[in-house]
Amino acid sequence: MKQRLQKLVRTWGPLLAIALVAVVLLVVAPAVLSPFRLNNLGKYICWAIAGVGIGLAWGRGGMLVMGQGVFFGLGGYAMAMHLKLEAAMATGGPDAVPDFMVLYGDGTMPGWWEPFRSGAFTLFAIIAVPAVVAAILGYAIFKRRVKGAYFAILTQALAVAFATLLIATIKQTGGFNGLNQFTLFFGYNLYDPVNKKMIYSIASVVLVVCLVIVWQLYRSRFGELLVATRDAEERVRFLGHDPANIKLVAFVVAAVMASIGGALFTPITGIISPSDVDATASIFLIAGVALGGRALLLGPALGAIAVGFGQTTLSERFPDQWTYFLGLLFIVVILCFPSGLGNAWSQLTSRFRKAEVA
Amino acid sequence: MFESRTRLATGTVLALTAALSLSACGGTKSGEKTAVESCVDTSGDSIKLGFLNSTSGAMAISEQTVRDSLSMAAEEINADGGILGKELEFVEEDGASDPAIFAEKIEKLLTGDCVAAVFGGWTSASRKAMLPVVEANNGLLFYPVQYEGLEASENIYYTGATTNQQIIPAMDFLKTKGVKTLFLAGSDYVFPRTANKIIKQYAAELGIEIVGEEYVPLDDDDWTTQVAKIVDAKPDFVFNTINGSSNVGFIKAYYEQGLTAKTTPIISVSIAEEEAPAMGKDVTGQYAAWNYFQSVSSPENDTFIKAFQDKYGKDRPTSDPMEAAYTSLYLYKNLVEKAGSFEVDEINASADGVSFDAPEGTVTIDGENHHIAKTGLIGQINSDNQFDVVWSSEEPIEPDPFLKGYAWWDPSKE
Repeated sequence: MKQRLQKLVRTWGPLLAIALVAVVLLVVAPAVLSPFRLNNLGKYICWAIAGVGIGLAWGRGGMLVMGQGVFFGLGGYAMAMHLKLEAAMATGGPDAVPDFMVLYGDGTMPGWWEPFRSGAFTLFAIIAVPAVVAAILGYAIFKRRVKGAYFAILTQALAVAFATLLIATIKQTGGFNGLNQFTLFFGYNLYDPVNKKMIYSIASVVLVVCLVIVWQLYRSRFGELLVATRDAEERVRFLGHDPANIKLVAFVVAAVMASIGGALFTPITGIISPSDVDATASIFLIAGVALGGRALLLGPALGAIAVGFGQTTLSERFPDQWTYFLGLLFIVVILCFPSGLGNAWSQLTSRFRKAEVA
Repeated sequence: MFESRTRLATGTVLALTAALSLSACGGTKSGEKTAVESCVDTSGDSIKLGFLNSTSGAMAISEQTVRDSLSMAAEEINADGGILGKELEFVEEDGASDPAIFAEKIEKLLTGDCVAAVFGGWTSASRKAMLPVVEANNGLLFYPVQYEGLEASENIYYTGATTNQQIIPAMDFLKTKGVKTLFLAGSDYVFPRTANKIIKQYAAELGIEIVGEEYVPLDDDDWTTQVAKIVDAKPDFVFNTINGSSNVGFIKAYYEQGLTAKTTPIISVSIAEEEAPAMGKDVTGQYAAWNYFQSVSSPENDTFIKAFQDKYGKDRPTSDPMEAAYTSLYLYKNLVEKAGSFEVDEINASADGVSFDAPEGTVTIDGENHHIAKTGLIGQINSDNQFDVVWSSEEPIEPDPFLKGYAWWDPSKE
């Protein structure tokens, strides 16, 4: 009886938990939160979507991806380019170029902006561009068996390079200011509260879908191999699998999720700038995942939401000292619960058990 | 591998979420502006204002000074009876040097706290991020920093200089000095790029030759190779649009490679009283273009400096952005009192000509572009790290953010 119950919980528990998250995000939150707070939650959800991918790559795959800001940015900027063009075309006709190119450049638009006039192409690019970039990058990295700290440093360096590149290309990407002042989102007024709620709902649904995807991945043979690669890469190799391919898939999926998160972040916050995608932003994404529990199904997503919420609340309550509090919180959590708050319960109970045995 | 039952359940969850989200869809299409109901409460004895500056992150060191002078102005106004008899109550928020946070916080201030006006922002990125939010909510933002112009919003008052009140006067000054060759050094972001675009076009008009143009990323301190190019080019003057701490690296390389204020003077647009002593070298004799210096002699400035140093310490200098922030709160007071209302539309309707006897001199609001008329000043650093005013535009310069009044300006030209 007990065994059957355990099996049931193991099979259906995660799905129930995801369903619970879906109900909270899609029914409870819109009912109790003000439009402004709901929009804030939408922003945290974007980080959570990227966090789910990090959980897959880092928690299950053991790849400390310190540069997810790059992929977050690829999606964010792709979406921003479309919204910028949409805003320009709404006032200046089908050939209009974004305002900043007129203000800071010579009023001509680089050719690679042109396809982003199409919403369909933009959606395609949000998935395809990070996937291709991550595939090429990952192939080069994993085939050369770069791992551990070297992998972390490499990805972090990428985030630094990406932000520097964005800042240096003012005429093409808006530079330090980033891209902002959008008006429309696929034809919908971006500042209408009803439409804002709609974008929030899209983000929530995307998060739920991402959770379902990684849940299935974790249950699959691939998931087992990924964990095996994390824990004993050489053994997996001796068994006849190529760890590089396994890691590559997780890395690409994580990149695409980060990109989708970034793409939704743009309309929700109304801006994407280098400071949202640089090394600091990348570490911020990692921090949420670490806090929630990187190897758990819901840990990364809930951790990212908690960190975002903590940042907002602490900074409103203590506008002068909040960064110290947030730092302190991280230190305490990592010291007391190295595998995240989501594991706090099992860690505490196992400690009790040990105490009993002793 | 997957049991069919699990698949079914997965499908159910996805279908459920899709259905739930669809119910939230719909709403206005196209970019029509929706009418916004203001939630500002004007019935009580007090009125809420928002102060939004970065008190953490890279910009905190600069923006904290603005926060200090805003708090002081609010206390002064309260001691004097408030605005329209209402006491000022201010809500403080941290922009955290991140444009996305600025956008979030200003929305919170306008829709959550229902403040009547927000004061703050420093980088252009922060202002650009706040602009659509403040417009969508029909709020008010007072922005206190000199910037690159080319902007005007019904919902923003710009109390720092636009380019024709700082960059163009600096060029006029260089002309009177008989400068023939000029080298441009700047941080790689929008203000220096735009400023240099204007400088290059005006230089051609004035017959000044640009002998070099170099940029370094905002947070980069290594100017060695760029300064070597200045040594080679031997310009009469260097126009410095470098921002923040990168100036320290620039000045260090400059003096180490043998350049001084005597051989090749620098004119800067972001080194003020606060920054000069932090340069690590004796920068006596170098120039800066601003609209306010601590050394400006006027009774208003004496009162301002005394009040500031009494409150925050004798060793604290006063600078242009601080003065512009202080002025912005008084301008708001005068705007509200002229309109007789805290309503944004009524304030805007009667904004033209509202003025204030500021520490820098009398400033007047242009109702058309929401900038203010300011006097252009050039200062030279003396041995006390104060600026001696060596040139002045004499009269306040009318703001012209889009440089419409300058025939040589062609925005589409590089």
